[in-house]
Amino acid sequence: MAEIEIKGVAKVFGAFTALHSIDLTISDREFVVLLGASGCGKTTLLRIIAGLDSPTKGEVWIGGRRVDMLPPRERGISMVFQNYAVFPHLTVFENIAFGLRMQRLAQAEVTRRVTRTAEIMHIEGLLKRYSGQLSGGQRQRVAVARALAMEPDVILMDEPLSNLDALLRLEMRAELKGVLAASKTTTIYVTHDQVEAMSLADRIAVMHGGDIVQAAPPVEVYRNPAARFVGSFIGNPPMNFLPAAAAGEGCWQVAGLTFDGPRADLPQIEFAIRPEDLHPADHGFLAEVRVVEPLGPHILVTATVAGVVLRAVLDSTLALAPGDHITLSPVSDRIRWFDLNTQKAIA
Amino acid sequence: MSETTVRRAGNRVFVAAVVLACVWVLVPIYLLLVNALSAPAEVTGFPKRFWPSFDLASIRFFLGFRGVTSALWNSVQVAVLTMVMAIAAGAPAGYALARFDFPGKQLFRFMVVMTRAFPLPLLALPLAVLFIRVGLDDTVLGLAFVHTTLALPFAVLITYSLFSGIPYELEEAALTLGCNRVQAFLKVVLPLAAPGIAASAVFAFVISWNEVFASAVLTIEHRTLTAFLLQSLDVSPLPLKFAGGAALVLPALGFIFAVRKYLFAMWGIANR
Repeated sequence: MAEIEIKGVAKVFGAFTALHSIDLTISDREFVVLLGASGCGKTTLLRIIAGLDSPTKGEVWIGGRRVDMLPPRERGISMVFQNYAVFPHLTVFENIAFGLRMQRLAQAEVTRRVTRTAEIMHIEGLLKRYSGQLSGGQRQRVAVARALAMEPDVILMDEPLSNLDALLRLEMRAELKGVLAASKTTTIYVTHDQVEAMSLADRIAVMHGGDIVQAAPPVEVYRNPAARFVGSFIGNPPMNFLPAAAAGEGCWQVAGLTFDGPRADLPQIEFAIRPEDLHPADHGFLAEVRVVEPLGPHILVTATVAGVVLRAVLDSTLALAPGDHITLSPVSDRIRWFDLNTQKAIA
Repeated sequence: MSETTVRRAGNRVFVAAVVLACVWVLVPIYLLLVNALSAPAEVTGFPKRFWPSFDLASIRFFLGFRGVTSALWNSVQVAVLTMVMAIAAGAPAGYALARFDFPGKQLFRFMVVMTRAFPLPLLALPLAVLFIRVGLDDTVLGLAFVHTTLALPFAVLITYSLFSGIPYELEEAALTLGCNRVQAFLKVVLPLAAPGIAASAVFAFVISWNEVFASAVLTIEHRTLTAFLLQSLDVSPLPLKFAGGAALVLPALGFIFAVRKYLFAMWGIANR
């Protein structure tokens, strides 16, 4: 059992506050992805959980034990680093065995575990090699095998796929998902790649400016962004935002159309819609097409509506050219509203 | 003049400069070797032969000369002590510079280099007085202390660049795999740094081996080879000078040649 609880964790580097006050509970065997742009604090949070950095404030609990004062080796974690950190002076076998030897396990047990994890990661043929004789993808496999061999309660991964080329990344992603699910560990995975986050996570914690802005299952994060940032960060192309003006009780005027919206007295709110939730119709936003980009099954249309840029993903059979006028109608149950003052979603 | 002629002329100047530099370094070493390996009669005679006669009489005479063997032994002792002390003090400093941010780091790095700004003659006299007062005068240990001071900046800088070249991630990986800080250093950093540390040690050895001024001022009975030769230079016969010179130059040359790639790394020219 390795539930992880992060309570009010803050980290200050001199004048810079990397983490404000993070609260996050991760259940046993859950796969949580920390997602955010560089500098959002996701790696700092991971390093604090690992024990490689200490929090300025707050507590970290793993498996019901407070660990924030303990060194990394006493936390029951293993970590996979961005640059793999495979020891160059040791063979692949000794790399994977490194942590087991530190635990003074018997040689037979060491060999058994190394062989087994090497098989899982498909590197059983490389055990006698040194890191200098391996490709990037193979080093990545060694790093994961080394972490798995420890049979930890928690595996922490810091952008493990970011140094691989696109095809290899796709392959490793699918493989990692299977391997980690089978290993029954709790996993925290840091990435800036939203596709990676979507495909791997049980739950995504979106981070921005040292805060977790939303922690929810992937589809929930995509469909119901809790904050404007989440909508603008997740999804490619991102969500469209249009300013809304009050037009009576629960009615809002957006680019010449009136919608039923939140019944609240808010000075500034925004209307939001995903690009794939806009469809050509007789009644809708009057848009002038600026750019048309064919994407195979779809076309990505960049248009302006009342002076605001709007993107729509439309069927590729549609013949559109820059300068054309088109009427786009939003799918009504996909419309979301954001309060511009708090930047939060309005329920 | 066409472009190719200009380039060819430039090439010629470059080659000439390289040849000149090589001659500048190699001719004295060549003369030293030839004369050291010739019979005493040939050393004083003229014209010289291109190949030495490999007569070991000069060397034998040199080694048999009163005081030479003990001076040689003193040199080795001082150099080994210098080597040990320079690495013992320099490597931790280099590690700290490479791994930690601490207040005054820039100043510290500057001061390390600054120690070489004071001319040794300026320091030698006060040092001699101090050494006499504390009883370190004319001892191998006292001289090794002075040589350590000379070698330390290089030891710090070489090990600093060495440790900087070993990713910190490797140590962190070791920490997550069950090591404490000391174990992470011993099991991961040290094996990777060992060849470079050895090179830095050899460099300290050579600095001490070649140093003459402090040795001449601070020792009387327990002279090192350099100080001994300096003292007896004008009174000793030519074969002795050549053999002594060769005995001084060759080990230094051999050592430096063996560890050259690590010394280049110190200046950031190449790393491995």
